[in-house]
Amino acid sequence: MMKKKVLSALLAGLMLSGMLSGCGGGGNGGGSDSGTMEEGKVVNIYVWNNEFQRKFNAYYPNVSKTSNDLSVTYLEDGTEVHWIINPNQDGVYQQKLDEALIKQGSAPADERVDLFLAEADYIMKYTDPEVNAAAPISTLGITDADLANQYAYTLQAATGADGEIRGLSYQATPGMFVYRRSIAQAVLGTDDPEVVNEAVSDWDKFDATAERMKAAGYYMVSSRADTYRVFSNNVSSPCVDGNTAVVDPNIMKWVEQTRKYTDEGLNHKVGGQWIDEWNQDMGANSKVFGFFLPAWGLGVCIQPNVEGTDADDDWAACSGPQPFYWGGTWLLAAEGTDNPEHVKDIMLQMTTNREILRAITVEDNDMTNDQPLMEELAEDPNFSSPLLGGQNHIAVLSKVAANIDLSNISPYDQGFTELFQNTFGDYFNNVIDFETAKSNFETAILERYPELTGGVKWP
Amino acid sequence: MQKEKKIKGISYAKWGYIFILPFFLSYFIFSLIPLADTIRNSFFEYYTSGLKVVGPNWVGLSNYASLLSTDLPKYAWNTFVMWILGFVPQLAIALLLAAWFTDMRLKIRCKQFFKVVIYLPNLIMASAFSMLFFALFSNAGPINNILMNLGIIGDAIRFTESTIGMRGLVALMNFLMWFGNSTIMLMAAIMGINPSVFEAAELDGCTHAQMFFKITLPQIRPLLTYTFITSLVGGLQMFDVPQILSNGQGTPDRTTMTLIMFLNNHLKSKNYGMAGALSMYLFAISGILCFIVFKINTEKEAKPPKDEPKKETKGARA
Repeated sequence: MMKKKVLSALLAGLMLSGMLSGCGGGGNGGGSDSGTMEEGKVVNIYVWNNEFQRKFNAYYPNVSKTSNDLSVTYLEDGTEVHWIINPNQDGVYQQKLDEALIKQGSAPADERVDLFLAEADYIMKYTDPEVNAAAPISTLGITDADLANQYAYTLQAATGADGEIRGLSYQATPGMFVYRRSIAQAVLGTDDPEVVNEAVSDWDKFDATAERMKAAGYYMVSSRADTYRVFSNNVSSPCVDGNTAVVDPNIMKWVEQTRKYTDEGLNHKVGGQWIDEWNQDMGANSKVFGFFLPAWGLGVCIQPNVEGTDADDDWAACSGPQPFYWGGTWLLAAEGTDNPEHVKDIMLQMTTNREILRAITVEDNDMTNDQPLMEELAEDPNFSSPLLGGQNHIAVLSKVAANIDLSNISPYDQGFTELFQNTFGDYFNNVIDFETAKSNFETAILERYPELTGGVKWP
Repeated sequence: MQKEKKIKGISYAKWGYIFILPFFLSYFIFSLIPLADTIRNSFFEYYTSGLKVVGPNWVGLSNYASLLSTDLPKYAWNTFVMWILGFVPQLAIALLLAAWFTDMRLKIRCKQFFKVVIYLPNLIMASAFSMLFFALFSNAGPINNILMNLGIIGDAIRFTESTIGMRGLVALMNFLMWFGNSTIMLMAAIMGINPSVFEAAELDGCTHAQMFFKITLPQIRPLLTYTFITSLVGGLQMFDVPQILSNGQGTPDRTTMTLIMFLNNHLKSKNYGMAGALSMYLFAISGILCFIVFKINTEKEAKPPKDEPKKETKGARA
């Protein structure tokens, strides 16, 4: 009996001490010790896939070799670049990155985040001067003169509320409609981009062409999410206002269109992007007419699916119904990095070195962040993409790139987009009705972002 | 007198306490303190917005209250449905196999081999297993391809887009992963029964079915209860299989969202307050469930055998 009492007293005591001790620490990100200290031996780079890693290994001048599993890249001066890859999906990348950034102040120098990448969907979260996660590039010694050739929108998107630029991008990401030449020939009678563009130049014509595709046994687009970006980039305000999520009327137009396309069999009913079926729809045997993609989509999405097949030159690009952009990768120097010189060099080489950018465009089809270079290539009769059957896609894109407007992005875009597409996916599948989809979205967005207590404002 | 008392006082029990001390120490540090912290956090508003930390602000019971207005019962129901869909066949098949494998009169060859094979799915990580099923049953996956090539179906079955399909897949995976484990446990229990009981029954002309229902089942009841409780607790914690199969979204229409997936959704924004309150609810639910099962079990054990009819009905319920 006595022993039991002692034990329970002990238990209670431990419980209390647990409650009192709590979880202290944490500490905010952002050490203040960048400056004139010794450079660390390890550069840690946070990324969500191997796209930048591949480009870095291929084009960064000081690379000497890579480890067998590619997780480490060795530089000429003996410094190791460690790649920490977490997928974007379901917010995992940001979660892992945030954990690391919060520990930044207390982590040993070689374990700190030195450089991390961010997409347009959430770059604002990291350029916020209040959270102090990314170092202003001016503190690294990068000047406006270094950035003279970059597209203005890429700099604006990475500018925090205090006017400091905190990220640099190697890409420009205006979008285009990439279609199959053979299907265009079969249905529209020609594969000439000018003529095809005429058939998809506004949404009414796009719908009419979709009907013709269906009549001939083809699908206009693959997944239900394929046209989403075209609508969501042309919204009139950011998706969050104060503590209220705002659904723009243009996004409801996407719902309406996709409902119609799904019911009438105009799309291939693929559940989303980046999944097997979506990739297969880019393959040689696909019956899908086209995809809305930026230039990076040629190298990242289409190329791997058609390599070595008949379809590896069966594509062409036109500007499509509405201008849009998708993605864009920014390099941000983490506040508190112990390798400011390396980080600065990587940022400058990968985003401003014209020879590297030219190589990326010529070899990977990607559109790079050098406006004069892009304008030069747009006019260059010798530049063309073999994947696009010899078409110069930069000519299609360079006009759009100059007019990209990122003023409506918000830190919530990734969660908003993912949750919206998912909840309405059930509606397109006829699992739930329209009202349930709306209320499911309201539940999901509040779960992901508890600060959005104002609910969702529908148009 | 005193001497005698001293001798009486010699106790080897302290060695027992010393030997179990490491476990309790690590339990205090790694389980009890975090548990206390969870309780503490559940009374605070405490989350991150982007990289900005909101709170901790004392909010009393408001986290508990606002959880009640969410779809918590729906997620509990989802969890229960997916668990029971997997558990019933799991126990039925495990009982059947255990009875076959331990039956003296059936001379099953390669018993050892089958035991290993049925246990194998349990060795695979649940997440890997889930990834496999995700690929197998996707709209353009091999299962659909095979069925279409055989001409059994015309259009791909969209398994992952229907409630029945998704819940069925989750249940199927849980079943496949755990029936081997249950079989082996039940076999151990059956082999623990005195063989002379079976021999006597056989001499009296007992049939297989009679032997199973009148001897085997009542004898292994304690282990059945154990299987039931562990499976119940495991079911309550169901997470990795539906999480990966539905990409963390509980699609379609949040019908495969389990309680722990709901908890995980709160942790995306590091919402320790809400997550703490939810954990407390889960703690209460599992406590109540285990208490009920435990009560049923001990009642049965305590009852003298003469109370036959009552026992029968209870047994049927379990």
